[in-house]
Amino acid sequence: MNSIILQTATRFLMPLILVFSVVILLQGHNKPGGGFIGGLLAAAAFSLHALAFNPAETRASLRFDLRSIIAIGLLIALSAGLPALLTGQPLFTGLWHDVVVPGIGVVHLGTPLLFDLGVYFVVIGISVLMVLTLVED
Amino acid sequence: MSTLAVLPVILPLAAGAASVLLWKSLRVQRVVGVAATLALVIVSLLLFREVNREGIIVVHMGSWPSPIGISFVVDLFGSIMVVLAAITGAATAIYSVRGIDKRRQSFLYFPLLHILLMGVCGAFLTGDIFNLYVWFEVLLMSSFVLLALGNERDQLEGAIKYVTINLMSSALFLTAIGILYGTFGTLDMADLSRKIAATQNTGIVTTLSMLFLIAFGIKAAIFPLFFWLPASYHTPPFAVSAIFAGLLTKVGVYAIIRVFTLLFPIDPGFTRPLMLFLAAMTMLTGVLGAASQMEFRRVLSFHIISQIGYMLLGLALATPLALAGSVFYIMHHIIVKANLFFIAGLAERIRGTSDLKAIGPVSVYARSPLVAILFFIPAMSLAGIPPLSGFFAKLVLVRAGLEIGEWAIIAVALVVSILTLYSMTKIWAEAFWKGPARREDEAESDNKDAVPPSMLLPVATLAAITVAVGLFAGPIFDIASRAAAQLLDKEGYVRAVLGDEAMQEEESP
Repeated sequence: MNSIILQTATRFLMPLILVFSVVILLQGHNKPGGGFIGGLLAAAAFSLHALAFNPAETRASLRFDLRSIIAIGLLIALSAGLPALLTGQPLFTGLWHDVVVPGIGVVHLGTPLLFDLGVYFVVIGISVLMVLTLVED
Repeated sequence: MSTLAVLPVILPLAAGAASVLLWKSLRVQRVVGVAATLALVIVSLLLFREVNREGIIVVHMGSWPSPIGISFVVDLFGSIMVVLAAITGAATAIYSVRGIDKRRQSFLYFPLLHILLMGVCGAFLTGDIFNLYVWFEVLLMSSFVLLALGNERDQLEGAIKYVTINLMSSALFLTAIGILYGTFGTLDMADLSRKIAATQNTGIVTTLSMLFLIAFGIKAAIFPLFFWLPASYHTPPFAVSAIFAGLLTKVGVYAIIRVFTLLFPIDPGFTRPLMLFLAAMTMLTGVLGAASQMEFRRVLSFHIISQIGYMLLGLALATPLALAGSVFYIMHHIIVKANLFFIAGLAERIRGTSDLKAIGPVSVYARSPLVAILFFIPAMSLAGIPPLSGFFAKLVLVRAGLEIGEWAIIAVALVVSILTLYSMTKIWAEAFWKGPARREDEAESDNKDAVPPSMLLPVATLAAITVAVGLFAGPIFDIASRAAAQLLDKEGYVRAVLGDEAMQEEESP
């Protein structure tokens, strides 16, 4: 598709959607959201890009191979379970820590966030891979 | 201790993810594939030793106690199954290095193999029925891809049948879980076990047990739900067939045994006659189907079905001895069956075909006596010739049947055993023995260097294990009978998972 309206709109929309997907990812633990929907939103942004421009450009704009993104996501999600093992607790026991970030205040960080982050990448990788494969054919 | 129980799942996942990350280099993927599966063997043996020494190991995932959270419950039977899965996985990984072509390997063959193993191990370890469903899905997803990988016409035809029937089975399984949860309000198998035992509503319990029997029966390929198996197992590469034949139907059998010991114990009035009938029909149809086939892997596929009948037989009799027989049978069967498929692959590489009639004129024996001997061991074991593992497995089941006077089923089992011998001799005679032992002019399709050492090694190791199981049948039977005793001890399982208070609560409501 070669529409200047869609292309221009995509330039504005894509950063917005990506930022929003991160917001959804971060608020996920206690409110609706999380890695899965956040990932789907981000994948939607890249799909929009693929429709407006072309799949090859989308692949290039991702910088990393999609397979690698999936693998990294899996490893991040797995690594969220491992700290608990090191402290002698069962796998995936949530470990929380309060971090003071200058300018924001106290941030409640924990391994479940890491898990969500992994899911986020896996969902992006798989969804975009499926969309691109369909668009390219 | 709790780490050891989750490692059989973490290890394949990490190896799978790492191999995807290293998708560019096939060499690294192969090394990771072999190293990770060998590590899995070691981990599984350590886990088995731990369970053997300490009793049932329970890990509450994320520290959420049962029945709120999901627990891994590792008893002897589960840990034995993990050991068998790991051994088959390692053999497959080593065999695949040369046995799977580069094109398939470059389409993420090794990562899929790891994920398949993760699903299988997870299914053997979990103590939550919905989690069991999830592990089933994990292993089915990767098996779908492995089956279709390569896009050959036959493969896709087989894959369509396999996928359709397995999705139906999954839907039934999920339905049964839904009803179970609606009725009892829990998905933890230990919690379910005591709630089902206490309920007055026997109608719904019987309905549920039949739903589970059908759902798992499809996956385990019991009569009359087996037809997808011989339609699909001969189509993928030999290494894939081997791991499917060794492990996947046995996950179904494992689930049937788990559910019909822990949740719905065999009822002598209703489930026993039904299961005995199913076991007899499974054995007979399988072995008769095999007798009519002339393709190497099709013969073997039908034999998987008839062997499933034996495992079901032990469960149906439900005495400690019979159940021990089932466990022993599974141990023997996984090793032998995977090995026979590997050898079918070797024979095909040597002679360029796996049609028994076409192999005939120049025997495999003439080309490679070693491969012929390596076939002879598992084949005779499968047929139940002493002193190999299959003989003892059948002996225990027959004795268990005689003890409680189920004459008819024992007669069937023995007839099927003879017919199994017939099929194995047919393969031996047609493919390995027929034709002149030496031949001056080489047949054109022959390839003398067809069998690299990396493919012979797993075959020889599995054959050695078969012989060892036969030679050390005493100690191994001892382990099997303790696993069976643990399976029949429902209260021990519930106490291990929920703690002592739960049992007292039950007694004084």
